[in-house]
Formats: sequence, structure tokens, C-alpha cells
Amino acid sequence: MFDSKKIEDLKKKHEVWQKSYELGLKKRPERDARFTTWSDEPVPFLCTPLDLEKEGFDYERDLGNPGEYPYTRGVQKNMYRGKLWTMRQFAGFSSAEETNKRFKLLLEQGQTGLSTAFDMPTLMGYDADAKEAKGEVGKCGVSVSSLEDMEALYDGIDLGSVTTSMTINGPAIVILAMYFAVAEKQGVPREKVGGTLQNDILKEYIAQKEWLFPVKPAVELVIDTIEYCTKNYPIWNTVSISGYHIREAGATAAEELAFTLADGLAYVEGSIARGLDIDTFAPRLSFFFDVHNDFFEEIAKFRAARRIWARLMREKYDAKNPKSWMLRTHAQTAGVSLTAQQTLNNVARVAIQGLAAVLGGTNSLHTNSMDETLALPTDEAVMTALRTQQVIAEESGVSNVVDPLGGSYFVEKLTNDIEKKALSLIDQIYEKGGMVEAVDQGFPQAEIANSAYHFQQLFEKKEKIMVGVNKYTVEENRKVETLYIDRAVEERQVSKLKVLKEKRNSKKVEDALLKVKKAAEARENMMEPIIEAVKEYATLQEICDTMRGVYGIYREVGQF
Amino acid sequence: MSVDRSKIRILIAKPGLDGHDRGAKVIARALRDAGFEVVYTGLHQTPEMIINAAVDEDVQVIGMSVLSGAHNALVPEVISGVQKQGLTDALFLVGGIIPEEDFDFLKKAGVQMIFTPGASLEKIIEYIDENAPRR
Repeated sequence: MFDSKKIEDLKKKHEVWQKSYELGLKKRPERDARFTTWSDEPVPFLCTPLDLEKEGFDYERDLGNPGEYPYTRGVQKNMYRGKLWTMRQFAGFSSAEETNKRFKLLLEQGQTGLSTAFDMPTLMGYDADAKEAKGEVGKCGVSVSSLEDMEALYDGIDLGSVTTSMTINGPAIVILAMYFAVAEKQGVPREKVGGTLQNDILKEYIAQKEWLFPVKPAVELVIDTIEYCTKNYPIWNTVSISGYHIREAGATAAEELAFTLADGLAYVEGSIARGLDIDTFAPRLSFFFDVHNDFFEEIAKFRAARRIWARLMREKYDAKNPKSWMLRTHAQTAGVSLTAQQTLNNVARVAIQGLAAVLGGTNSLHTNSMDETLALPTDEAVMTALRTQQVIAEESGVSNVVDPLGGSYFVEKLTNDIEKKALSLIDQIYEKGGMVEAVDQGFPQAEIANSAYHFQQLFEKKEKIMVGVNKYTVEENRKVETLYIDRAVEERQVSKLKVLKEKRNSKKVEDALLKVKKAAEARENMMEPIIEAVKEYATLQEICDTMRGVYGIYREVGQF
Repeated sequence: MSVDRSKIRILIAKPGLDGHDRGAKVIARALRDAGFEVVYTGLHQTPEMIINAAVDEDVQVIGMSVLSGAHNALVPEVISGVQKQGLTDALFLVGGIIPEEDFDFLKKAGVQMIFTPGASLEKIIEYIDENAPRR
């Protein structure tokens, strides 16, 4: 790549320049003692060809052309010139009926895919009438207790033409069964049912903390969905391997990258252990990363993610299909970076983060709404967030060119640095016996807690600045218009469930649940018995309780 | 330091199904590092579990972290339960995503202070120093 004579010449000139730079520092000292990324990694003040030469940078080996191995520059040849990223705004609140209205609003406004948020009870496998659900029904997402709610949620939306992403993990297999049942009732052929199930249980134990069963049976349920979909729903994206929550919980960019990829490897290994050929299921695995404040660090993270995954899939797991090598990803701007202070500032943060995701080559993007630190977003805030993406896409010009930062001395060096850090963390995980074991031992959990605490200290010392929070603060009246979910939603859900339980065929429900229990005991694939049970309107909790009875429940030690 | 922090026991609790524990863990650690005695309940606690933990540990301060919007439903239940069990002087704090519209309701229920995102650890520690009951 580099002409050795020219490099020698550059080195000499650079040394001279460096000396004059250092002399100049006396007159014009640097603003800070340390310059670091948001993850507190040191940042060089300048990068030159010498930085890349030192690491033996090789265009074909390290970048490749877009759409080609190792996909550092992106998974498609023409990237956003062909098709813009999918603009997918996460939505879901109160009842299925209300969420259905929001979905229709977003589709009318030009959104191209749906994304469903479920409430806490649903995420934990409890029905709206459970005592654990008190005060939480419809609060952080839509409440789904049975197939009846799922039918209302997607009423009038053709599941054969809209793709849906569903953010659920612990009871993901049950919700997926409901979705497939709705699609079947709509008459959509199986090969046309497209969408993504988050279904990434490992990151629940690591960061998001909405779990049901102990780690090992929970991972087997994920593998059940991979096995079933591979054979029956060929375009369904079975797992959205998620770094988002890991990052939001306090991980650094490199930790987010390493833990997420290691989670992915655990699902790959589990599926191979079932006898599946890697090239039949790996193309349907997708990823979901956070996109945080540090512009270049984030861009480097996305580029490194694609390179690491491609190399591991091809070299370690011997995948032959290029689609198995490609890391396709959704991105969401960092919720944790939003401030309750001067909320309009969040629009600027989201725009910068969204731009980083696009320059990092994301395939899909959610931009946060400015008021999300206060409550669920209002319609106006959701619209502004979507418009921010549309401004990036249609006005900024960045979608006209593929990987414009490829070849930047700084971005390539950052990409190499974060890759090295992530690979070394992945090695540590394998020394512990792989991610399932590492999670059981609490390794990633402890790393994240340390990083979160470290960041908080930097923030308190004002070494990291959040505008409007620890600098440029003002007194303000913080009464903004927020969306309230009233308690009546809970009452309505509870009474709806009561009516359902009276009108369904209880004998058929019992039989179906017994089949679920037997399949769980026999460690069979759970997908078909669960689909049968949801069609009889067995509730989410009835099915999950049946499985809890067999697998047990998970309890975390409250370490801090 | 005029306050002997090692004599102040604090329970940091996560009521409800909310899994957002970053803030609770950072606060617990900062309070421990500042010299207080800290107990953390772990996640997914019912009000009853928190009441029992507060009584068993005989704490002076109970900090509840809620980011799910369930604060109005859960926090008052914990406070009245703890008070019924005889810890009448306990200091109740709430942290998390709490809209200002709910402040009055929570304060009437017995919450002395609400810390929302951006509150500094220093301020929280200072508040506990000044307001925790001495037993």
C-alpha cells in the first residue's frame, strides 16, 4: 500500500513538524490535560499516513470494496444510493388499540417499517391481571396478554407487506407464536412474513434485566426459534443481537461491540450444536447497536463490527454463504445521552448521532424523540425525530456516496483500535468458557457496572460534559407536554382478559398447555406447541408459568 | 466530616418490573464509597419485599429507583408499609424518570426528595448527610 521511500521521507518531515508543534504548545497550550473519546479512550491529536503504515494497513484485506468481504465499508455495493436505510421508529404504549393508531400514523408519514415496544409485564411474561403487573400495564409499551391483543395491535395492517420488529426477549417465543398466528389468520403465506424478533436473551442477563428462566434453558428457547424459523419462515430475522442495552447500561463502545458479538457467537454455536448448517440460519441473524455521542468512535464501531463478524463467520465457523458473513444492523440513538434539562438540545444530539449511524453504514435507524427522558414521546416529538432522519437522508448529501470516511487516517486507526480491544475482550470471554458461562459468572455485568461508575466520576469531575446538565445550565420551568398513560388502561386490560377467559374453550386451553409442559420436559422444540396454545387463546402468562414450572426461574444476586 | 456516615444505613431498592438498574447501582456504589452502609435489593422487588428488607436491615434511608413510570403505584405502598412496621423516622428518596407533575403526589405520600436525571452524586450525599435520621 505504501511506497517505502515516500514513507521514510514523510517520517523525517513529520519529526521536524512534530518538534515545531511542541514548541508552539508553549504559546498555545491545549485546552485539556487529556483528550479522550466518550468511552474514555485517548484520542491522538492528529493522524497521518504514518499511523496506517505502522499497522500495515491493506485496503483489500482491511476494507475491501463495499458489498464485499470483510464489509468494513458496508454490506451493499451501492449502499444508500440503492435504498435508504429503513427508518424504523419504535412505538408502543397503553393498549393494543392505541398503539395500532400510532402505527397507522407512522406509516402514513412515510415510515417504512414498524417497531413494537411491549410493557414491562409483557416483557416479564406476566398478564395484565397479575399482581406483579400492578401500576405497569401499558406504561413503557403495549400490553399483550393474549392473541386477542395481538390481533388488535396489527388490525388493518398487512403483515405480508410491512415488516415488523418486536422488542421482546424473555417470552419472545410466545409473542412470535402470536405474530405468526395473526399472519396466518390474515392469509399471508409463510415465506412473505418478514420482520425481526429481538429475542436476545443473553443481553437481558447482561444489561436489560427482563428475564424469566435460568440462562441455559432460556438460550435453548432462542435456538428453538432459530431452528423453527429456518425451516418454516425463511425471511424472518430470528434474533436481533443487541448491544443497545449493554451500552445504555454503561458499557464502553468496545465493550458494547465485544459483548454483543460474543452473544451472537453463542447463538451460532447453539444452532450448530442442534445440527443446523450455519449458512441456513446465519443470514437471518441481525444486530442492533447504540449510537452514542462520540461521532468518530461510533462510526469506527460500526465499521469494526462488520469486519470482525465477517472474519469470524468465514474463518472460525467456516460459513460459505456471503450472506452469513454480512453483519446487518439496526441502530438507535443513545437514550442515555438525552437530557431532561433543556430538552430541545436533544434534537441536536439526535441529529449528530443519527448522522454517525448513517456514516457508519447502518441498515436501519431509530432516532429518539427529544422528550423521552420525561415520559413516552408525544406525537410532535416523534415526528421531529423522524424528520431528523429525513433531513439526513434528503438534505445533507451524505446518502449520495458510500462510506465517505473510508481511508480517513483517523477513522481507520480508530476502527483498528476498537477492533483490537473488542477481540481481546472476546478472548477473555472464551477463556471463561464462552458467553453463556461468562454471563452465568457475571463477567460482562461486572465490567459494565465498573464502566458506568467510571463515567459517572468523569461526569462529576466535569471531565465529560453534558451540555445543560454540568455546564451551561439554566433555571427552567420543566413542565413540558408529556404523554400520560392513565390507570384506566390497566383496568380495561384486566376486564378484557376476564371476558376472554370466560369465552374461550377452557378444555382446549388446558390440553394445549399440557402439550407445552410435556414438550418442555422432553426438551423438544417449543415453537409448535406454543403456536397451538396461543391459537386457543392461552394467555402469555399461562404459557410462561407452564415453562417456569419446568425450567425454574432466574434470580440475580444484587451486586453493585 | 461532622456526620458519622458508617452509622447511617441506606437501602437502595428497585420496585416493580423495571430493569433499568444503572442509576441504582451507581448510586449504591457512590454512597458506599462515601462511607455509608448500603444495602441494594436487586431487581424486580414487590413493595412487600422492600418493606421487609427495610425492616430487617433497620435502615434510616430508603432510596427507590423507578424509570418505568410505575412510581405513583408503588412508592406510596412502600412508604406506608415501612411506617406501619415502626420505622416512622425513615427518610424516603426517589430517583429516576419522574415527571414534575407527579412531585406533589409523591411528596404527599411521604417522599422527602426526588432526584431526577442529572442530579449530582455530591448533592445526593449532601442531602442524606443533612436529613438522615440519627438513631
